[in-house]
Amino acid sequence: MELYSMTAHQLRDLLRKGEVSATDIVKSVLERIDEVEGKIKAYITITDDLALRSAEKVDELLAKGEELPDLAGIPVAIKDVICTKGVLTTCASKILYNFVPPYDATVMVKLNRQMIAMIGKANMDEFAMGSSTENSGFFITRNPWDLDRVPGGSSGGSAAAVAADEAICSLGSDTGGSIRQPAALCGVVGLKPTYGRVSRFGLVAFASSLDQIGPITKDVEDCALMMNAICGYDPMDSTSADVPVPDFTKSLIPEVKGFKIGVPKEYFIEGIDPEVEAAVRKALEKFEELGASVEEISLPHTEYAVADYYIIASAEASANLERYDGVKYGYRAEGAKDLIDMYKKTRSEGFGAEVKRRIMLGTYALSAGYYDAYYLKGLKVRTLIKRDFDEAFEKVDVIVTPTSPTPAFRIGEKVDDPLTMYLSDIFTISANLAGICGISIPCGFSSEGLPIGMQILGKPFDEETIIRVAYAFEQSTDYHTLKPRIG
Amino acid sequence: MPKITIQEVETVANLARLEFDEEEKKQFTYQLERILSYIDKLNELDTENVEPTSHVLPIRNVMREDEVKPSYPREEMLKNAPRPVEGYFAVPKVIT
Repeated sequence: MELYSMTAHQLRDLLRKGEVSATDIVKSVLERIDEVEGKIKAYITITDDLALRSAEKVDELLAKGEELPDLAGIPVAIKDVICTKGVLTTCASKILYNFVPPYDATVMVKLNRQMIAMIGKANMDEFAMGSSTENSGFFITRNPWDLDRVPGGSSGGSAAAVAADEAICSLGSDTGGSIRQPAALCGVVGLKPTYGRVSRFGLVAFASSLDQIGPITKDVEDCALMMNAICGYDPMDSTSADVPVPDFTKSLIPEVKGFKIGVPKEYFIEGIDPEVEAAVRKALEKFEELGASVEEISLPHTEYAVADYYIIASAEASANLERYDGVKYGYRAEGAKDLIDMYKKTRSEGFGAEVKRRIMLGTYALSAGYYDAYYLKGLKVRTLIKRDFDEAFEKVDVIVTPTSPTPAFRIGEKVDDPLTMYLSDIFTISANLAGICGISIPCGFSSEGLPIGMQILGKPFDEETIIRVAYAFEQSTDYHTLKPRIG
Repeated sequence: MPKITIQEVETVANLARLEFDEEEKKQFTYQLERILSYIDKLNELDTENVEPTSHVLPIRNVMREDEVKPSYPREEMLKNAPRPVEGYFAVPKVIT
């Protein structure tokens, strides 16, 4: 077995036994990148020198016999929306094509404390707006399971890199499903933490009340290790929650006897791919075999979630993206008549079509005369959606749904129709509106050999339970061990 | 169904500091109209007595002591500027 195809916990164990060096691990992943990156195109920037230098430091400490953190020397890909000091951070946008952050995001400070080897900055939909990574301002990323299909999005590069063994783990960000949906479409594990669980300091803002950073990994155990590394209160983020962080590896217990699983009837709707439904139903039977009870529940406002999300997220985005004006950083258009003209030209040349569409929608929804009708209405509906979950979680421990209504779709299939693209997030969006946590894990394959993901949603700050339920399923199946043949 | 006019698209574009050619304006008019008519679905719900949720967590003002701490060096912060001039951000002439 090649080192690049292993998990972080397997590599950690080999490293601690002295059977491999961190340099061996990084070199193996870099060779893999050489081999397949031309086909996948998961990375905007590959930080090979930096990764090798980090690995050398780990090896020096190992030689001295020092005890190392769990993720020491592990090659990790970082979504290009997370600020990395001294390393290009573009948000896959032309407007930030040359932006080199003078500081690290808090998650990077935490991962560097773990002595990870950052291997590169992953491609994404521009400013995390999209569900296919086709909105990247630079190039598209391909799904390792079928190169004619999208990897999902917006964290498509982060998910494809892990699925193609071009990274051992990665960080993504999730505003409406951007970690869970690409994880599902690429056959890997992706967790969106509870809002406030992980600091957003240094995460370039899309929709501040919805954004969360989270891990994408090859299995649930690695997910727990990444969660241990990145969670926690941060005085630099006023929306970060001051709650205790458990050791998530303590939740790696393959038992769910007596657990109550809710299945929302509104999630098995017309338009869902029958193979996706079948795979999730089969997973529910597996849970019953394992001693959990499965009951139907109702989340009555589900059908309003996508509409609600696009008002709230676009309104917040239009305000957050005001800062790109060609003055302090990034792209500036040439040949402007005056200051206002410079702003307009810079923004019109620098932003891509989807970003402009959302800025327009958000500006419209926040403008005089429409604020109450759209934005305030959106915030009220958000309350109703959140209540649905509060009530459901009085009855059940977790909620299980498909992550995405279909497996990976074809490149180009939905680009011309923004509304159809938005509907591919239909099962993931509510969790962001309600602020709860959710994980996507592989639960089967379509007849065309495409991975299918199952979403497990949990109560706020109860990542322990979703990790445990995910782990129990994973340990009784072998979907997570299957690898794509990239060709 | 909400009706969006080209003039409205122009007004919103100006507020958002964006500019479009005629073809793009037409496209935005159509797409915004479609997206807004989908969003109109929210009006099926009676939210008369519902409190709005702007944040899922209780957000409080975060206070701290007013201490002098080092800030980022000026040169560092100007490194990313498209046009730094003598320690400042230069922009096209504002007052004519």
